[in-house]
Amino acid sequence: MNFEFSEEQNMLREQAQGFLASNCSMAVVRRVLDGDEPYDADLWKKVAEMGWTATVIPEEYEGLGLSYLELSVIAEELGRALAPIPFSSSVYLATEAILAAGSEEQKQAYLPGLAAGTSIGCFALGESSGQTSAASLTTKADSSSITGVKIPVADGDIANFAIVVATSDKGDGASLYIVDLDQDGVSRESITTIDPSRSHAKLTLNAAGAQLLGNDGEGWSYVQSILNRAAVLFAWEQVGGCDTALNMAKEYAMGRFAFGRPIATYQAIKHKLANIYVKNTLARSNCYYGAWAISTDADELPIAAATARVSAIQAYYYASKENVQTHGGMGFTWEFDCQFPYRRSKLLATNIGSEATWQDKLITAIEKQRAA
Amino acid sequence: MDFNDTAVEATFREEVRTWLSANIPTSDELKGLDYIGRAKLWQKRKYDAGWACIRWPKEHGGRDASAIDQVIWNQEESNFDTPDSVFGIGHGMCAPTMMAWATDEQNKNYIPKLASGEDVWCQLFSEPAGGSDLAALRTRAEKDGDDWIINGQKIWTSGAHYSDYGVLVLRTDPTAPKHQGLTYFFIDMKSAGIEVKPIRQISGGANFNEVYFTDVRVSDAQRLGAVGQGWQVALTTLMNERASIGGGGGGVNFDSVFDLATRVNIDDAPAIKDKNVRAQLATWYAQESGLKFNGYRSMTALSRGEIPGPENSIGKLVGAPKQQDMASFALDLLESGGAIWDPELSDAAGMFQATYMASPGLRIAGGTDEIMANIIAERVLGLPQDIRVDKGIPFNEVPTSNS
Repeated sequence: MNFEFSEEQNMLREQAQGFLASNCSMAVVRRVLDGDEPYDADLWKKVAEMGWTATVIPEEYEGLGLSYLELSVIAEELGRALAPIPFSSSVYLATEAILAAGSEEQKQAYLPGLAAGTSIGCFALGESSGQTSAASLTTKADSSSITGVKIPVADGDIANFAIVVATSDKGDGASLYIVDLDQDGVSRESITTIDPSRSHAKLTLNAAGAQLLGNDGEGWSYVQSILNRAAVLFAWEQVGGCDTALNMAKEYAMGRFAFGRPIATYQAIKHKLANIYVKNTLARSNCYYGAWAISTDADELPIAAATARVSAIQAYYYASKENVQTHGGMGFTWEFDCQFPYRRSKLLATNIGSEATWQDKLITAIEKQRAA
Repeated sequence: MDFNDTAVEATFREEVRTWLSANIPTSDELKGLDYIGRAKLWQKRKYDAGWACIRWPKEHGGRDASAIDQVIWNQEESNFDTPDSVFGIGHGMCAPTMMAWATDEQNKNYIPKLASGEDVWCQLFSEPAGGSDLAALRTRAEKDGDDWIINGQKIWTSGAHYSDYGVLVLRTDPTAPKHQGLTYFFIDMKSAGIEVKPIRQISGGANFNEVYFTDVRVSDAQRLGAVGQGWQVALTTLMNERASIGGGGGGVNFDSVFDLATRVNIDDAPAIKDKNVRAQLATWYAQESGLKFNGYRSMTALSRGEIPGPENSIGKLVGAPKQQDMASFALDLLESGGAIWDPELSDAAGMFQATYMASPGLRIAGGTDEIMANIIAERVLGLPQDIRVDKGIPFNEVPTSNS
């Protein structure tokens, strides 16, 4: 049994923690949340210089050719720091889409830029409120152009290109397209979300130039596989955030006195924090499973991904909301940092499909496994 | 990351599997024996072949095996249909305490008989006035020459009715503060003045007992640790509550409720098609999976010769309420049929009903949910202890519930 990160991976974790402690404090998150900059461009540059954006991209495309275990370590630390950068959009989604479905030419064209962080990708799936399916898509493409509205698109306002999911009359009813966002047929508006430390946009595509990514009519199947992989990495970000919320709550409870003693001595608070720890621990162990599945391309990936995703959503929501409550009234103020994990937990929970969506996917994957 | 054994572990696993395959008691061998007889037969067979209590030193009847070997043994044994053990408390809690605190002579006399299954031991800690607050126990021991005379009552003693020996903590100085007036002994359960009365549980079973002590005599030679050091010795026992790494729980689990949801209907379609059922099942699956992979992480630590992290401390706090909730959910899925508890008439021979009725006890035995949460808060998260109003006060001046 070797169900643990290696010594080298743990060293990478220490480096990442050290780097983020000095470059991505909560003050940085606050600055982006309060200010006009959509993301911390300086942090993004440094993260790219360290090669994090290149982690799993093969060396032939100027990546580092490392495994998803290394990327899991980085994801957890970025989640812990609540880093206000487009890492999930560019690395977990756009890079994965091109790796999964790209032609050799497309890989040559896009992966080196993604690896270097000079090009930012985003993933444009949803079109309105409610669950998106192949049948619900209205964005439509012909051989070279695409028309439709995508909202919300994480990092759509800052990305260089988008992976756009459009309807298709072939196969599974959907196809993927690469759309460069700096062109006349594209207009993008920044939109306000519950977590302004991560920027989002509405993309309006009006006969915009587009190139097919992968086979026409296999888009929905690509989406499932991209989301399964992204779910594991999102889940790592979520458990990193869970730890942050728990530590905030713990530190405050130890220092805050009421009725003559620290509130951390009251069982109502102790049990709240113990329950946070329990949920975080379950989620973390499921993330190990997800990391194993994604790094070995295991048949169980759909189950492992959904399991990690469901428990990470539940854990982060619980940790972040109870962290606010542990702080009492101060937790509700703009001045305190409790708002950041609370915002981020729900953003990450909705970004690539909700808890209910993934619960259903999990049972579907289990049914499939049993039928096989 | 991989789920594979190391080469040494794989060899050991193969050896275990080979021995088990050849030595599991047949139904003929077990015929006519009660559950204690069956348990003893299986334990003796393991002992004779050197497979009993493998973590223990060889001189005590063990095998000097490592922690990971024990996990492998448990996993392999659980794959076979073996008689239920009656030795969990004796092997898991009493023996480690004896080995830590008894004389060499005593260990030579008692421990091999525990390993071979000849003797069954129980643990007499809880009292009517000392449950979660174990150190508030009141059963008295008073010195009389080379003996002590015991008077009082223990409760929740598993297996007292078939045990040969027991370990117990007694109050030897009621004027000392709570933790300081205690002394630890082991005792022959057949001693004059011990009366065992089974407690009928809400599940209908009677696994626990009340044990009454009336002028029971125990030799001072059977004291473990110094007079007044009983709490420290008791902690040795409590620390040895068996880690359940790698073991799967019986009763209601994801699989059984999932299967039930394919057998019963909601709105004329299998319940498993219902979105609420799917959502609830997914949450339980994720919890079960989290516990399983916690276990794998602990096993990895053992395999590397390290001590497992605190992640395993959450098992009972997650597992016990989950069993209760799942059983309750299963009864709901059965609609009016959920009320039927009859091996002939109930779905799954009444397993869901049995778990529903047994699960409240799971949330209490070995530490209530609240105590488990305290342990996580204090030992894992490092939060301060509750303020204790009985601290430093002579025990006989501490307010009580006058039960």
